[in-house]
Amino acid sequence: MVGMPRSPSESGVHKALAVRARGISKSFGEVVALDGVDLDIPPGQVHGLVGPNGAGKTTLLGLLLGLAEADGGDLEILGSPVRRKLAVPSGVAGFVDGPGLYPALTAWQNLATLARLRGEGSDGVSDALEQVGLTDVAGDRVRGFSLGMRQRLGLAAALLSRPRLLLLDEPANGLDPVGTRHVHRVLSRLAADGTAVVLSSHRMDELAALCSEVTILATGRVVFSGSLRKLVRDLYDLDYRLRVSDPAAARRVVAETPGLHVLDDDDLLQRHDAEVLLVRAAVPVLDDLVARLIGAGVGVRELAPVVAPLEAAFLSLTAPGSARGEEDA
Amino acid sequence: MTTATVALPRTGTWRPSTWRNYRFELIKLLAQWPVRLALLACWIAPALLVAAISQSNSLPSDTVFGRWMTQTGWAGPLVVLAFSCSWVLPVLTSLIAGDVFASEDRLGTWRHLLVAVRSPRRIFVAKALASLTIMVLIAAGLTTSGIVGGLAAAGNRPLVGLTGQSLAPGHAAGVVLLAWASVLAPTLAFAGAGLLGSVAFGRSPLGLVLPALLALLMQIVQVLPLPVVVRVALPGYAYIAWYGLFTEPAHTGPLIVGVVVSLVLAVVAAALAYRLFMRRDFTDLAYDGVGRRVLVRAVLPLTAVFAVMVAVIAGSTSVSGSGTGIDGPKLDRSLQTAFANLYRMQTAELNRPAVTDAHIHASAACNKGSPFEPDSGPGNDWRCVITWRLPGVTAIGQVIYQLDVDPDGRYVADGDGPLSVNGYFPVHTSVGNVPNPLWQFDGSVDLLTLSVK
Repeated sequence: MVGMPRSPSESGVHKALAVRARGISKSFGEVVALDGVDLDIPPGQVHGLVGPNGAGKTTLLGLLLGLAEADGGDLEILGSPVRRKLAVPSGVAGFVDGPGLYPALTAWQNLATLARLRGEGSDGVSDALEQVGLTDVAGDRVRGFSLGMRQRLGLAAALLSRPRLLLLDEPANGLDPVGTRHVHRVLSRLAADGTAVVLSSHRMDELAALCSEVTILATGRVVFSGSLRKLVRDLYDLDYRLRVSDPAAARRVVAETPGLHVLDDDDLLQRHDAEVLLVRAAVPVLDDLVARLIGAGVGVRELAPVVAPLEAAFLSLTAPGSARGEEDA
Repeated sequence: MTTATVALPRTGTWRPSTWRNYRFELIKLLAQWPVRLALLACWIAPALLVAAISQSNSLPSDTVFGRWMTQTGWAGPLVVLAFSCSWVLPVLTSLIAGDVFASEDRLGTWRHLLVAVRSPRRIFVAKALASLTIMVLIAAGLTTSGIVGGLAAAGNRPLVGLTGQSLAPGHAAGVVLLAWASVLAPTLAFAGAGLLGSVAFGRSPLGLVLPALLALLMQIVQVLPLPVVVRVALPGYAYIAWYGLFTEPAHTGPLIVGVVVSLVLAVVAAALAYRLFMRRDFTDLAYDGVGRRVLVRAVLPLTAVFAVMVAVIAGSTSVSGSGTGIDGPKLDRSLQTAFANLYRMQTAELNRPAVTDAHIHASAACNKGSPFEPDSGPGNDWRCVITWRLPGVTAIGQVIYQLDVDPDGRYVADGDGPLSVNGYFPVHTSVGNVPNPLWQFDGSVDLLTLSVK
């Protein structure tokens, strides 16, 4: 594993952690879903959980929600040890595999019945609906809701319990830009108020926009856990698209720059644009390249990663047989 | 966000009470339009149906008490009860109880529910109680609606029982309510089967279909000529055993056995469902019921319980293992009593001098089919001759009835002469034509004679 922060148990601060997991394992028959997972999530952090299908994200979220019991390892949630199913503290909320909503009830009724189940009045329902931008459809039955609206209503349901640890599985599924903005705003506010938010998502742009730290899982193991900055910094070479005023001159400069080379593949990105070069380099080399291009009188019109850094890291770390993933794990 | 202005979240592991869970489940059930529709229909349709039939010339004489619907308002709820016990209650019960767990699988809401409630035990109890509430509401609706419709259309008058006795309105009301209450027991048994199917089959439509099919099968089996010890051990027997409340003396033995059997099956089915539910792994996304293991975990235990009950009933009663519980002497006793009571009723309607049972001294002799056939078992080939003393004369009267005896012990006696006694449907009274009580009447024999050894 790379990037794991220093052990909280060593520093004696794990009482303050929202999630502290050590050596968590979980199997379903012969299938190993989680294999020695360590995880630290402090309050107020939006933490991304990334991994290919079958990596163990949903199982991990299920354990954190209390839906299952780990076969091995230690799990502490909100400072309380969790040793059996459905025994997580009350400040935990969220959903896995989509929000659980009742289509025969209206949006308001879905939330109000949940609030009453908790022995509370329905005072917070309107506020929760407003936060996720569903006030206008509060009286509509959920059976007519789109996937995005259901996701937002699921988030509103989780907000009702004023969680200190919020666990969301693919919360941006089906969201339009407005819905996405609502959700991002809500999650950012929650984190600012001290709630730890754990997001499982395949949308790297969403994770990059929201998360300060990510954990990447592959075949039940943690292959990276830490800040996004560290993830990108630790990355090997990335592919960049370089648009310049003089491609021929730029090609010569690139050839003279150590640690960098032009990709000659007949890539789709290059095929229709003569001004674009596709170059592969580590981040520090790019600074040198830009200085050399300017020195050679070549105008730099665009320099951007072909694949977002987080996505590139994800692909690099979780690719089958990934040497890095193997060694890190 | 307004978290700064609201109460702090709870700490520790907190679980909502069973009462709150129950209310939550009830709201979810009542929000479903099929449930609402069923409730609405059960509270309105019987009243309209009973009122309409009571005003018509065509009476459902093939249904017990149907021929009395124009004469008393207490016949209507009993016709509704007989019809409900045939199809409505077993099927509706199985469908509602059968869906209460499966719906969570279908909607994918189990995890949400478990996170909110954090106690599978409380979820199970709340769901079982909520579905039970809906069933009681359905039964209450059918009862109330049938009574209201009957009383509005035919009035609060005495009811003629299954031994021809007259039940005063107050007494009739009590027995009608008792009969409706007694069918709650088999309803619970079918609800238990529904719960078990719902838990065992998960989102599979089998969970919904099989309990309903079982209910239909049980009702079909009841019309077959089964040995009586097997018949009374079936969960649906109490759906017909209420007939015994309307005889004099009341045949309470079969009803008590039927109710006990139903309750035992209800408890066992619910316990099996609970066991399956508590063992379920809700994180297993591929879960789709227990599949073939349902045979070992549900069908075999229920079959074993059924076999034990058959053995217990056989050992504690005087009925032989292969007997149908129907024989000539039982029919003789039942028919002569009913005839005597109805004869006195006819006499009163015709303003003739009152007679007593001692005056009439009726006796019946029933034979089945050919002389070589044993006089036992159900069938429509029973022929009975009743003799009685004619009031005021020394001659002996004789009247013939053809009997169609059902396997459940209920029979219809159809008058076959003489014309002056049972030849015509109406009789002319001072208040106009009324149905001739001796033309055709219902009766019932006690299938099961309890004799504790």
